[in-house]
Amino acid sequence: MSKQKQKILEVSTGEHFTTGNHAAAEGALAVGCKFFGGYPITPSSEIAEHLALRLPQLGGNFVQFEDEIASIIGILGASWGGVKSMTATSGPGYSLMVENIGLGMMTETPCVIINVQRGGPSTGLPTLVGQQDIMQTKWGSHGDFEPIVLCPSSVQECFELAIEAFNYAEKYRLPVTLLLDETLGHMSERLIIPDASKIRKVERKKPKDSPEEHLPYKADDDLIPPMAVAGEGYKVMVTGLTHDERGYPNLNVETQDKLVRRINDKIRLNKKDIIRVEEYMLDDAEFAIIAFGSVARAAKGSINRARKKGIKVGLLRLITIWPFPDERIEALAEQVKKIYVPEINYGQVTREVERSVHGKTEVKGIFKLGGAIHNPQEILKEIEGDA
Amino acid sequence: MSRVEIRFAGFGGQGIGLMGRLVGEAVSLLEEGKNSVMTQSYGPESRGGASSTDVVIDEGEIDYPKATELDYFVVLSEEAYHKYISKLKEGGILFVEEDLVTLDENAKKAKKIFKIPATKIAETLGSRLYANIAMLGFVCANTTDIFSEESMLTIMKEKIKARFVEKNLIAFQKGMEYKSDS
Repeated sequence: MSKQKQKILEVSTGEHFTTGNHAAAEGALAVGCKFFGGYPITPSSEIAEHLALRLPQLGGNFVQFEDEIASIIGILGASWGGVKSMTATSGPGYSLMVENIGLGMMTETPCVIINVQRGGPSTGLPTLVGQQDIMQTKWGSHGDFEPIVLCPSSVQECFELAIEAFNYAEKYRLPVTLLLDETLGHMSERLIIPDASKIRKVERKKPKDSPEEHLPYKADDDLIPPMAVAGEGYKVMVTGLTHDERGYPNLNVETQDKLVRRINDKIRLNKKDIIRVEEYMLDDAEFAIIAFGSVARAAKGSINRARKKGIKVGLLRLITIWPFPDERIEALAEQVKKIYVPEINYGQVTREVERSVHGKTEVKGIFKLGGAIHNPQEILKEIEGDA
Repeated sequence: MSRVEIRFAGFGGQGIGLMGRLVGEAVSLLEEGKNSVMTQSYGPESRGGASSTDVVIDEGEIDYPKATELDYFVVLSEEAYHKYISKLKEGGILFVEEDLVTLDENAKKAKKIFKIPATKIAETLGSRLYANIAMLGFVCANTTDIFSEESMLTIMKEKIKARFVEKNLIAFQKGMEYKSDS
């Protein structure tokens, strides 16, 4: 990236040849992120490294905390201080964060967590690719909540979805996870950053009533409460305990039902706004692949090869992993003879696809357990066996 | 043009990653209508071990980002040669640092082999660190579908630290002018 631009601008407009990690970091800056709290971990460290350089130049703050527990708490606090905040980590760090991602869900705190996935469980394969944190982003923390998780598959999309992750976080008031993987985080390709005026920025709703009458957790009709932050004159109540509209702990069945139903429904009722997929050669497809992240690139490679051999196969690429696009997949099941799900884990998305198709078509997972992405030939071989 | 796959490989410290980055960047940013993706071997090892970087070039969207069947294999160490020669496709093209790599029967599948004493050439400029750039010049002179001289010179001037640019440009030129005897 041009050093001149890095010194002064939030938006590094222009053409770059850079990695997914740097692109995601630039996306965060472009949408106005002003606080990073994190603990470096391979293969996400370049995000922290890049922001350690860039944030102070833009009047933001970069804090390297003692661990990932402090990091997630730090970014929740920064968000309540009124700035867009984020962290970046990988599986082991995300594991440490999940308890307080739940705190973010309960307190409806906008922030972004980037997880650059590597092979697990545990410390696993620090330097090599995995896609094994799909379920962790959904079910990692206890209690009921509906996360938003986005999954890019190009360097350009790392930039664009970092922006969207912040926009969803601000709009729906929750921690949003951007799921990269090691391959994507470390590969370089062209990134085109548009002019600053073209960056779509969503800002959290502010209260319209007076500080005296304001109830910090009284939602509007869209189920999202306006958010006042510390120092604006409004009461700021932040607790992980079940709370009423005043933000006071109120530990009874009615308050719990109302609150937990609302923080789930604000996402469930807006699935259409949140769910994104890419469809590739699906119009006439007799077979379909469902893939995401870097593996979706291998899937496209296999489709391009299969099409040359006259096999009608297309791709449904999941850009939003959670909420899961059940309805689109069920419709696809009515069209195709079989759905293949290549993923670098032992069947996490495959099981969701099986659940979504309601028995209307056959589902076949193609699993790698970490360390490498699928080769297009491996996926093609599976399809050729059935075509 | 269709998809072209190149692997640069050697040992850590030879500037293998820089070769891939310069090529990827020159193609992606300066060559009209072409895309490139660069990936690097990435592991706990650093200096001394085998290091490789792949660049995939295509006119269309690049689906699979990694190299599968190498059209070009540019190799600067014996260990890397043995580790990756199996990936060179039948009829592919091999570029070797002739003083650091001893070829074996595996090289026979190459349609053409270009040999250059890149390290010795670099040493005449005061440091063997220029060997990677001499090799890039040699590759440039003997291929037509990877990158152009013009775009590479532009990228080198932009990306290489100012005090090293001049020597690197000379190394590139010497590589361009070198005539392989085989």
